[in-house]
Amino acid sequence: MSPQPSTGAQAAAGQAVPLSSRRASLPEVGRRGGILLHPVFWLTLVFAGLMIAVPLHGNNVALREDLILVAVAIILASNLNLMIGYTGYVNFGHIVFYGLGGYVGLYLATVRNWNLVLAALSAGVTVSLLALLFGVGILRLRGAYFALATIGVLVAVHSFVSNFDPWGRSTGMYVSFDAYAPLGGPMRALWITYILVIVVMALSMVLSLAIKKSKFGLGLFAIREDEDAAVVLGINARVFKAIIYSVSAFLPAVAGALMFYKNGMIDPSIAFEYMLSLEGIVMLMLGGQGTVVGAALGGGLYERLRSYLLTSSRLSNFHLVIAGGLLLLVVLFAPGGLIGWLYRLAPRAKKVIE
Amino acid sequence: MKRLALTALFVLALLLTSGFAQNINIGFTVSKTGALNVDSLEQYRGFELWRDQVNAAGGIKAGGKSYKVQFVGSYDDESNVKRVQQLYTRMILQDNADFLFSPYSSSLTATAAIVTEQYGKIMLTSGSAEGKTYTLGNHYLFQMFAPATEYLKGVLDMLKAKDPKATVAFVYEDASFSVAVVNPAKTYAQQVGFNVVFSEAYAPNTTDFSAIIDKVIAAKPTVLIGGGHYPDGSTLARQLYNHKVNLKMITLLVAPDSPQWSELGDAAAGVVVPSQWEPQTVFKVEFGPSGADFAKAYTAKYNVPPSYESAGGYACGLILQRAIEQAGSTDTAKVAAALNATDITTFYGRTKFATAPNEHGLQIGHSMVLAQWQKDKSGTLVKQVVWPLAGKSANLVYPIH
Amino acid sequence: MIDGLLIGSVYGLAAMGLSLIWGVMDVINLTHGAVIALGMFAMYLLFTALHLNAYLLLLPIIAMGLIFGTLVYWTSVHWVIDRPQLSSLLSTFAVNMIIIGAGTAIWSTSPYNVNFSLPGFTVGLYTFTGNHIAAASAAVIIALALELYLHRTRPGKAIRAVADNREAAELMGISSTTVLALAFAIGIALAAASGALVSTLFPFTILSGGVYQLKSFVVTVLAGLGKPLGALLAGILLGLLEGAVTPFIAVSWIPLIEFGLFVIVLVAFPKGIFARSAA
Repeated sequence: MSPQPSTGAQAAAGQAVPLSSRRASLPEVGRRGGILLHPVFWLTLVFAGLMIAVPLHGNNVALREDLILVAVAIILASNLNLMIGYTGYVNFGHIVFYGLGGYVGLYLATVRNWNLVLAALSAGVTVSLLALLFGVGILRLRGAYFALATIGVLVAVHSFVSNFDPWGRSTGMYVSFDAYAPLGGPMRALWITYILVIVVMALSMVLSLAIKKSKFGLGLFAIREDEDAAVVLGINARVFKAIIYSVSAFLPAVAGALMFYKNGMIDPSIAFEYMLSLEGIVMLMLGGQGTVVGAALGGGLYERLRSYLLTSSRLSNFHLVIAGGLLLLVVLFAPGGLIGWLYRLAPRAKKVIE
Repeated sequence: MKRLALTALFVLALLLTSGFAQNINIGFTVSKTGALNVDSLEQYRGFELWRDQVNAAGGIKAGGKSYKVQFVGSYDDESNVKRVQQLYTRMILQDNADFLFSPYSSSLTATAAIVTEQYGKIMLTSGSAEGKTYTLGNHYLFQMFAPATEYLKGVLDMLKAKDPKATVAFVYEDASFSVAVVNPAKTYAQQVGFNVVFSEAYAPNTTDFSAIIDKVIAAKPTVLIGGGHYPDGSTLARQLYNHKVNLKMITLLVAPDSPQWSELGDAAAGVVVPSQWEPQTVFKVEFGPSGADFAKAYTAKYNVPPSYESAGGYACGLILQRAIEQAGSTDTAKVAAALNATDITTFYGRTKFATAPNEHGLQIGHSMVLAQWQKDKSGTLVKQVVWPLAGKSANLVYPIH
Repeated sequence: MIDGLLIGSVYGLAAMGLSLIWGVMDVINLTHGAVIALGMFAMYLLFTALHLNAYLLLLPIIAMGLIFGTLVYWTSVHWVIDRPQLSSLLSTFAVNMIIIGAGTAIWSTSPYNVNFSLPGFTVGLYTFTGNHIAAASAAVIIALALELYLHRTRPGKAIRAVADNREAAELMGISSTTVLALAFAIGIALAAASGALVSTLFPFTILSGGVYQLKSFVVTVLAGLGKPLGALLAGILLGLLEGAVTPFIAVSWIPLIEFGLFVIVLVAFPKGIFARSAA
């Protein structure tokens, strides 16, 4: 079976290449002033600011609980975008970073009693390094083989952690009820954690933007378009891929550490939920892969839809059916997602909304 | 005229407000779907029967007022840890739950406990035997079940009296409850002089036990102890039977207590289960209905006899009710103090909670019995109490084949 | 060990469907696991309604699988077949989510059982349950039937031709769309059959197919694509491997070993251990 030819090669061979809006999301590098003047940067800051200020001002705990899930969805979708949207490599096992980060972070923060921020950052670094290690192995594979290998990594890590005694095996780890004391008790700790998660969300979006506008990002897009050509042109694809795989692990791992600390417990079944990984892909495709706003939009919208469906007693089990249906529609008819559709409506939006 | 009308209105208002029952909102989740659905439903029915009986008798009376018991939520947690966290948060923040009951199972309860402790609400736990949750420094947890460490002591004592030369195999679910039960049992078995020839935990949601059964056969034990909850316990029993494993005694946790167990037919016969309560056990009741009355009302309402999960559920309500009445208020701190001071015998047995901070809420008054499924003269499978010897309703059948 | 052989045959049958589709049209069918689970439920429904010998019910289930497969092909696979492989990956994955979602809505995640037992036979201390033996026999029979079909009948040969070189087959007058639809339908039917066989062995839910899907990937990758008989053998090999390893380590390590193996084989032998000579 021959390796799948890239779209570039297909075009060269005279075959029809589907007009996907992927091409429309190619970055424009070299904008004056860098990202600090970019509208999306300011949009991100305002958005994050509102998400912190509104619930905090009214001490609205119920709203906070809803918004934190939105933030996590955006974090996962944005970082997944780095692999799928920018580099063209589908990662089915993305959630493994979140779960592992949760384990490392919870372990450091509650068993070893580290400061929460330090524990979360260390979790991020550890998981990124592990990702680099795995990445070097599986990034040799292309296309669907890579995607399958990422599932393999997820299942293998799940299985390993289920047998790992210091982390509680299948039972997992439960936080002691006074673990929140260093942060001033559970009420205060939950708010602090929330604010930290929003910060991570903002960082995810800014990171996506920064990479997209950089030369490194241009190299990634070149790999996405036609890896062989990119290599011929002098891009060290192996290094680029390994770096982005590792980078895409960092913030989800930090978020995982924070979230599982907030939830007070972790076990393999909730840390490595395959379904969350797949929903990340749906969110990204829905919003518009390859764009910063698309990832955030897709994450936010999908999470709200899911929450609504889950609490409505009649529809609670249909959320998967609807998610699947949406994904199918997007893949078949609108591969560029919502933002791709926006671009087709108003091509000038491309310059502003990335 | 005006004065008459006003007086009439005043009297009417007085009448209405004094007879007007306020609500006590109790929140909990039920595993309506998922692996725990069989056991969780039995616990729910215990809650429900209690609520119906209490409300029929005029509600809970505290501080001169009558309170109607209302269940808020009883959402489906789908036997899923994540759902439990979301739903308990919701019941506390949005549904105004005053008190909480636990979900069914140690793992789900441990998760719910995090939420209830974060928000400072009282939770009575049933269907949760694992003791570790109570060592994490809680203030408002109260355990109704005898802790996991108690489960298998009776089995091993009974075995020691019957067949001290037995060789033991432990095959159990790798989840907080079963691990909490089996680990102390393993130590006790060795202390008492048994030869433990095999011990292995299987992943939760395992459905095929052939590999582990082959290993058990190779180790040649005469007694097998373990299991977890209903699906794995029933499948394990069935597969042990199909593989014709030569065992003199099989003891499984939880699953055999359900009335559904008899559906396994021949595979069900002879299996022993450590039980929190059986209808045949009689206590000198200080509060609430007698065991016979409870069983009669339950069977009349649900057409099946109650299991110990149902008894535990009902007892949860009963103990909470008494604490509120003793405290004369629904205020959390006062009710918690009343619960801490509880030491009473109901149809369910003696209930008393530990109050030291490092084990707050642990159940220290309740003892367990052992039941075994036996064929009566007409060949129907019935559950008999076989231990302790003082309270037994039939002799232990040993060996079972 | 014999248990490993028996269960391995079922793994092989499950993988055959995946392997066929992958080999013929270069589509990785991510509905595979969900269809296996549907096969389990189909057996449950038919058995509870009709109470016939479970193994006789295989035939209608295979027929239903063919119909369902054709449906899935025309709704999601056909449109993306000429696009990069990732599109079909995502579209079959979307269908997978729909099936699992619908299945959860209808049957929830509570375990179901098909209570049908055939007597087994005992050798020494070990008993081999009749259900396992029947499942393995059925798997082998179906595999041989498939091989015969592919090599001795016209549609079968057309499938192999399209798998080899679609353009050449079209030039020879074979309607590749029909053939692709047929191959996909057969792949789905095989998955459904394997699910039906497994349903008598232990309790299942709509999510149970996931484990088999992952094992199917391992088996397919070991065997190379488009070789049904190879998939059967590789499945048996996997079953034996599991049987050989379990006496020495706790059963819960098995998924890790299998997936470690999977990743290693993918990386070291990207075209399968028995790679086809005509790439």
